[in-house]
Amino acid sequence: MTKVTLTVNGRTMSGECEDRTLLVHFIREKLGLTGTHVGCDTTQCGACVIHMDGRSVKSCSILAVQASGSTITTIEGLAGQSELHPVQAAFKEHHGLQCGFCTPGMVMTAVDMINRHGGSLTEEKVRAELDGNICRCTGYHNIVKAILAADAEMASGRQAAE
Amino acid sequence: MGVEGIGARVTRKEDKRFLTGKGRYTDDMTVPGMKYAYFVRSPHAHAKIVNIDVSAAKSMPGVIDVLDGRQLQADGIGNLICGWMIHSKDGSPMKMGAWRPLAVDTVRYVGDAIAIVVADSSGEARDAAEAVVIDYEVLPAVADVAAAMQAGAPQIHPEAPGNLIYDWQIGDPDAADRAIAAAAHVTEIDIVNNRLSPNPMEPRATLGIYDSAEDHYTCYTTSQNPHVARLVMSAFYNVAPENKLRVIAPDVGGGFGSKIYIYPEEIVCLWASKKTNVPVKWTSDRTEAFLTDAHGRDHISKVKMAFDADHRITALKVDTIANLGAYMSLFSSAVPTYLYATLLSGQYAIPAIHANVRTVYTNTVPVDAYRGAGRPEATYLLERTMETAARELGLSPAELRRKNFIRSFPYQTPVIMNYDAGNYEASLDAAMQAADWSGFATRRSEAQARGKKRGIGMSCYIEACGIAPSAAVGSLGAGVGLWESAEVRVNAVGTIEVLTGSHSHGQGHETTFAQLVASRLGVPIESINIVHGDTDKVQMGMGTYGSRSGAVGMSAIVKALDKVEAKAKKIAAHLMEADESDIVIENGELKIAGTDKTLPWFQVALAAYTAHNLPSGMEPGLKETAFYDPSNFTFPAGCYIAEVEVDPETGETDIIQFVAADDFGNIINPLIVEGQVHGGLAQGIGQALLEGVHYDENGQLLTASFMDYAMPRADDLPSFKLSHQNTPCPSNPLGIKGCGEAGAIGSPPALINAITDAIGTNRLTMPATSMKVWQAMHAAH
Repeated sequence: MTKVTLTVNGRTMSGECEDRTLLVHFIREKLGLTGTHVGCDTTQCGACVIHMDGRSVKSCSILAVQASGSTITTIEGLAGQSELHPVQAAFKEHHGLQCGFCTPGMVMTAVDMINRHGGSLTEEKVRAELDGNICRCTGYHNIVKAILAADAEMASGRQAAE
Repeated sequence: MGVEGIGARVTRKEDKRFLTGKGRYTDDMTVPGMKYAYFVRSPHAHAKIVNIDVSAAKSMPGVIDVLDGRQLQADGIGNLICGWMIHSKDGSPMKMGAWRPLAVDTVRYVGDAIAIVVADSSGEARDAAEAVVIDYEVLPAVADVAAAMQAGAPQIHPEAPGNLIYDWQIGDPDAADRAIAAAAHVTEIDIVNNRLSPNPMEPRATLGIYDSAEDHYTCYTTSQNPHVARLVMSAFYNVAPENKLRVIAPDVGGGFGSKIYIYPEEIVCLWASKKTNVPVKWTSDRTEAFLTDAHGRDHISKVKMAFDADHRITALKVDTIANLGAYMSLFSSAVPTYLYATLLSGQYAIPAIHANVRTVYTNTVPVDAYRGAGRPEATYLLERTMETAARELGLSPAELRRKNFIRSFPYQTPVIMNYDAGNYEASLDAAMQAADWSGFATRRSEAQARGKKRGIGMSCYIEACGIAPSAAVGSLGAGVGLWESAEVRVNAVGTIEVLTGSHSHGQGHETTFAQLVASRLGVPIESINIVHGDTDKVQMGMGTYGSRSGAVGMSAIVKALDKVEAKAKKIAAHLMEADESDIVIENGELKIAGTDKTLPWFQVALAAYTAHNLPSGMEPGLKETAFYDPSNFTFPAGCYIAEVEVDPETGETDIIQFVAADDFGNIINPLIVEGQVHGGLAQGIGQALLEGVHYDENGQLLTASFMDYAMPRADDLPSFKLSHQNTPCPSNPLGIKGCGEAGAIGSPPALINAITDAIGTNRLTMPATSMKVWQAMHAAH
């Protein structure tokens, strides 16, 4: 067993795990943050996407011990003190979720997408960027709509701040 | 309609918990002392189990116990059953082979469960499962129906000679034959409906908790119908009597049919919890899901459709063989019979129909209902046939369909169904207009100039939802009634809980059901909670599948609300000294009609519970229960149009536009209904272009991960153009029909009709991958 220490959603958290433990299982089972999901065994579905040191990562594709010392944001910590992050709010407004299982990964991917391409997203670009996230409920139609709306809103928020 | 009532685009009440990671799915549940299960499964499609040696596994680190099928059998746990009796045309009952929750002497598909390992961690359970040594005598296997039906094929169940489960028919064979013989034109086509894996994003999971002090079991499970799970596990599998078994289906991450059935794992984990005296949790991984979740579709059919000289359909004759896999899953027998062949009239007046259906065992995972369940198979068959006929007759596909539409209702088809209402031309016209059908020729020429082959295709679907009058389905062999229940519980402060036997696993019931109550009582939806998914909380219910929660589940709420309103009016009349018949409920108040005298809703509720001043003889409280049994199926219908461009160099298909015009009757929440259509379309387009389960000839599953099975992704799909026609359903109080499956039912034939239009050859099977399209183009030249 190895001790792993992470900064998760602004708090330092530690736990013991086997060397083979995947980060997603560490987050779910040791830290009790069950918002991050496991939808496949082959890094295809993206239900487990989190942010690690500011970048989106599939937490099923990294060992917990590899992540030790890093700063993690999960879906539970995304909004910070606010009610909902603008991307979460846009998913609600545009009905970008149904069963909710892929949703945390979708939202974390979308936030990262907007961070990287803020203000310049198009439908085609969003669809291409969602290649690593599978949703079985929505047909992606409203997810794409929600991400574009959040991108526009966050861009106008940045302009207003400047 | 108000901002929160029926018809309003209300955003969902349940979203916040899913968006913030607070959803509670079965695998999120932990209880003190909980241990983890891993199932030892057959690597062979067909084999005798000669010996099981668990001694090494039992001594592995962290292992609590390893249990097998002999122990399960010795404890009296029963076999899994199919709950819908079908009789062959010779009168004999279907041939149901034994399906043991843990195989004892024979395994019949890759993934068949043999033993359960319970250990401190999931990793240790998996390690120990590797150490279970099983000696097999491998037997020849068959994976497809053609091989299974050949003389001398391996026998899968002793109960089913020739692997034939039943040979069933519906309709009038002689009338169909006579019409075909006398026809001016007969279109003949072979249809293959490809086998699919449902793949809800949440893999199945279950947590079995045995309480030895109370001799009581709790089962958390990924179920669409927890009460049915409890009923079946009690009545047939001898897990525990109903009063000693609580089934909870908490947040469930999609179902699409695959979570209707009771699988071996729920039963075995409950039993193992008693044997080991610890709570036992099992969570499927994705490969296990591909191997063990019931698959869908897998039909092959021969079709003849006859026309008179005026291009009116005079007969349809269908011969279908359906693959039911290695065992008969819970509702498997009903899918290729009463959920399929009864829809073969489509939207058309067809005087004579005959369908013969044979179902066959193979060494593959059981096949059961998957989104649409029989209706996609019927629609694909009919709409491919109509398109082919239009091409053969030199008619436009729209005109041939228009000519044959049913126009007068109610309409009795020759295959049981009685369509209560419809307006098929309205959807056809709306779809053609939205798709700019008349401008297609110009777009095709423009595409040709760019070196692309452009095609357009349509599909006019009908389906049957809201299954159905209990007495009717009972007479057709169903082992259960198909009503729904509701309890409307008004609290003393006027807030409301609605307990429903429907189950939401993405459909948004917590919002739409609350909208109904808000519409009736004029109270805000924040004051209304929808309670579902727990057999200890909710009265008996039948669950969610077949787009029945609106038409049946909400109708039960209407009935309960009627009773609540009637009692509330009596109390208000008494308190305001008015006549009961003068009381109306408006905007959260009970009012004497035509006056300004009112009582707020909460005061009436409070009066019901304080009981200080109630009408003489009235019981205190304001809480009513209702059971609603529908008088008929509902019949959603619509028209879908796909426009595609095929790259002649690569065979790659690009969907240029997809138009859906649906008639779901009255709509509670358009935002949610549109979402249901989008999701259905994605699954139907997935079936048409991408998805297909493949077994090799030995029964090994080749498509057992998302690396091998092509799920539709965001860049495979376009944005969709939707419209709704609203012909109210006369068979239920809300006039609603159901919208959950239409997208998956109507879209595959529209796509294949469009691609075959583009490439100029009609021979193409689903999924129409680039390779298949390229091969079809080149075979044609």
